[in-house]
Amino acid sequence: MSWEVVIGLEVHAQLATNSKIFSGASTAYGASPNTQACAVDLGLPGVLPVLNEAVVQMACKFGLAVGATVAPRSVFARKNYFYPDLPKGYQISQYELPIVKQGTLKIEMDGQEKVIGITRAHLEEDAGKSLHEDFQGLTGIDLNRAGTPLLEIVSEPDMRSAKEAIVYMKKLHSLVRYLEICDGNMQEGSFRCDANVSVRQVGQKEFGTRAELKNLNSFRFVERAINYEIERQIDLLERGGQVVQETRLYDADKNETRPMRSKEEAHDYRYFPDPDLLPLIIEPAFLEQVQKTLPELPDAKKQRFMQQYGLSGYDAGVLTSTRELADYFEETVKESSSDAKLCANWVMVELAGLLNKHNLEIPASPVTAKQMGGMLRRITDNTISGKLAKDVFEAMWNGEGDADTIIEKRGLKQVTDTGAIEKVIDEVMVNNPKQLADYRSGKEKLFGFFVGQVMKVSGGKANPGQVNELLKKKLGG
Amino acid sequence: MHNKSLTELSIALRQRQISSVELTSLFLDRITRYGAPLNCFITVTPEMALNQAREADKRLQAGDAGPLTGIPLAHKDIFCTKGVKTSSGSKMLDNFIAPYDATVVEKSQAAFMVMLGKANMDEFAMGSSNETSYYGPVKNPWDLQAVPGGSSGGSAAAVAARLTPIATGTDTGGSIRQPAALCNLTGLKPTYGLVSRYGMIAFASSLDQGGPIGHSAEDVAHLLNIIAGFDPRDSTSIDRPKEDYTLQLNQDITGLKIGLPTEYFGEGLDAEVGKVLEQALKELEKAGASLHDIHLPHTPLAVPVYYIIAPAECSSNLSRFDGVRFGHRCENPKDMIDLFKRSRGEGFGAEVKRRIMIGTYALSAGYYDAYYLKAQQIRRLITQDFKQAFHQVDVIMGPTSPTPAFNLGEKTDDPLKMYLSDIYTLSVNLAGLPGLSIPAGFVKQRPVGLQLIGNYFSEAKLLNVAHQFQQRTVWHSAIPKAYQ
Repeated sequence: MSWEVVIGLEVHAQLATNSKIFSGASTAYGASPNTQACAVDLGLPGVLPVLNEAVVQMACKFGLAVGATVAPRSVFARKNYFYPDLPKGYQISQYELPIVKQGTLKIEMDGQEKVIGITRAHLEEDAGKSLHEDFQGLTGIDLNRAGTPLLEIVSEPDMRSAKEAIVYMKKLHSLVRYLEICDGNMQEGSFRCDANVSVRQVGQKEFGTRAELKNLNSFRFVERAINYEIERQIDLLERGGQVVQETRLYDADKNETRPMRSKEEAHDYRYFPDPDLLPLIIEPAFLEQVQKTLPELPDAKKQRFMQQYGLSGYDAGVLTSTRELADYFEETVKESSSDAKLCANWVMVELAGLLNKHNLEIPASPVTAKQMGGMLRRITDNTISGKLAKDVFEAMWNGEGDADTIIEKRGLKQVTDTGAIEKVIDEVMVNNPKQLADYRSGKEKLFGFFVGQVMKVSGGKANPGQVNELLKKKLGG
Repeated sequence: MHNKSLTELSIALRQRQISSVELTSLFLDRITRYGAPLNCFITVTPEMALNQAREADKRLQAGDAGPLTGIPLAHKDIFCTKGVKTSSGSKMLDNFIAPYDATVVEKSQAAFMVMLGKANMDEFAMGSSNETSYYGPVKNPWDLQAVPGGSSGGSAAAVAARLTPIATGTDTGGSIRQPAALCNLTGLKPTYGLVSRYGMIAFASSLDQGGPIGHSAEDVAHLLNIIAGFDPRDSTSIDRPKEDYTLQLNQDITGLKIGLPTEYFGEGLDAEVGKVLEQALKELEKAGASLHDIHLPHTPLAVPVYYIIAPAECSSNLSRFDGVRFGHRCENPKDMIDLFKRSRGEGFGAEVKRRIMIGTYALSAGYYDAYYLKAQQIRRLITQDFKQAFHQVDVIMGPTSPTPAFNLGEKTDDPLKMYLSDIYTLSVNLAGLPGLSIPAGFVKQRPVGLQLIGNYFSEAKLLNVAHQFQQRTVWHSAIPKAYQ
């Protein structure tokens, strides 16, 4: 039997505001418990929510970026349920009338483009945290997170593999960071994902029964959890069983999903419009203002990189995967006055390699774009060879200053004086009479040997192009 | 001194005939003497009051006083008061010391008024007789056998017995107007959004509105000047220029068109109450107003619609009382569910539980469309009725309550009968309009209220009409014998 996988994702992006969605308390991460929860966040008797305008701007930004409809009128609703870390006994969210409707996100996998539908994105407040450790059988409540603004982005069930889901999620992750509406920090929970997974027989029209997977706080876990779940469901169905609609929790340690609550325990959230908040009206003029703040988006930037810099689709895609990397690359090109492809290689290979090794992100790179550009400039103007440049780059990484300083200090300046190079070649020829004779009797492979010797004697400083040219002339007799 | 109007008290304070400390002590003494049998205060705050009075006296001496500086008042115990127990009439909040002041409280303090204490009320403002309070029923100063009305029954009884010159109340379905009517007072429910709800413990958010209860339209206008106004902390508060509600009081009402909804004068209205109102209306005719029959056809639906919407909102608003962060917590909870169940089961009284259950049911999946959504649609029709009526008339008048004050215990076993006592006031909350109840006479020594309903933000007009009526009548200055 052949199975088709159907996946939809619900991504919670924490909006990067300074204060909470309905109160003035700070949203900074990591403060001591309950120090960033004001009367409103605590749900004290008599308090009222007031909507943070920055949150609306950010949601609009997202809506415009995914080509969605930004609703001229959306409504906050109460989602009622009891939980100790939910201070009011309800969460303020949007239900029937969300702020963003029907957008799309283009993804690329194995060179194929695919459009993933975004059903909706709505604003809501986060709950607090229940802490079960360190309280001797009791539960601690930290309400610092209560009232943190979230944008819940719900996709259509358009993805057909875990890999595709990851590509979509990464694209979304890149987009919200481009828009500067979410810091994307998955460890701190700023970007979280629930996955709805089902399988059906190939050709079948109706969707199969889905399970909702929760607690997926890294790209790797999302992929693993989905793949585990796909196997579980197929296995179950092939053995004649049935998938139960339920919420399942992913256990990363055991790499398995297990039921969290079943349908019988499913909540009736008794949604109704929040009478404390007026409908959210977005005027066209407001939207126009927001439009003006939109940065160049990843897809447009990628196209421009291909055209302006003559990069391949792959290279352009990698370099535009984050706004910081794209900015780094462009500054490097500008500083270096060099070929963009050379710059792209250095950024994508040497720099990315070291960053990866040290588990650093671009903004934390010890080598600035300006330094990188300065070094590439010296390759282009033949001051140093590409080979020596790697030493220079390492020295820059280790904080020894910019390329010119390092070249000067270490005496790495390339030798381009023809006379000097010829002198070295003569020396090498005299010291290697056998190889010279062999070469001249037709063993042309030895050319490389002579190049190597010349470079070695010159301490790597001889200009490789000139060495080639002069060697050819001299060896030929 | 305890019988004086706010204007008279203001003059007396400015002319040093009395200091705020003396005036405050006078009312505190009266509270000590009469408060307990009436049970109209949950908390009296003598120390705080005297401190505030001293501050007010400084202002008065410095010539830096507002119109109400140094004048005492009582706040309904639904308004949060920093450092003072704020119970909302419930066991649930018997241990709750509010850590902040409601906007209304803040504003009265900023005007250097003096808070005497917190007035008794129906639990979470749910009731029409002040019999659902955890702190016991309040008695009507006109007749200790009678209820004072509710939910702002403590405020009304305290003002009627001259234990405070004026008080705040809140009105979700009649909770200011009905007790005002039953205690021979002037009580105003302002337009929804005129008075901030911040710090006012929510019952039904889309209906709740705070307002003054006093002896006369003039007194009410003075306190409204203090407590009304835009508050950025309440998203439903309306941003409009501030008004002086005392300015129009003396305007002539010749030519005023008064609408009398036939639906308010039919079956259900006590015949003697009807006669009292007829006399009052004649008085207004003499003042130059004309009477017109009008129709508010959806009136019969107001009670059922109200008893869907208000409980639905309250079921959600009262979810925060879960025993976790504040308020009553049960002893030794077994687990999370047990903590919720027992804390709420023990903390809430029967009427509150009844409404939470009704509201929870009305919002449940599968019932939402049939109940809550339908009720909201009918609510719009009720609002539409009023809008049309205000094309024809300036002010609508009718009874505040179908009967004078009933006896304590008379309706406690029959919630439906109790709910019907608000039949003429509920529509006004559903439409968000201002409503005013003024003394119109007596039936068997129990007061009768005349209700005035105006268009949005027509408080000044309503108070003007009421003041003109009070200039020609003596009802509002009648004082229950025992408290003269």
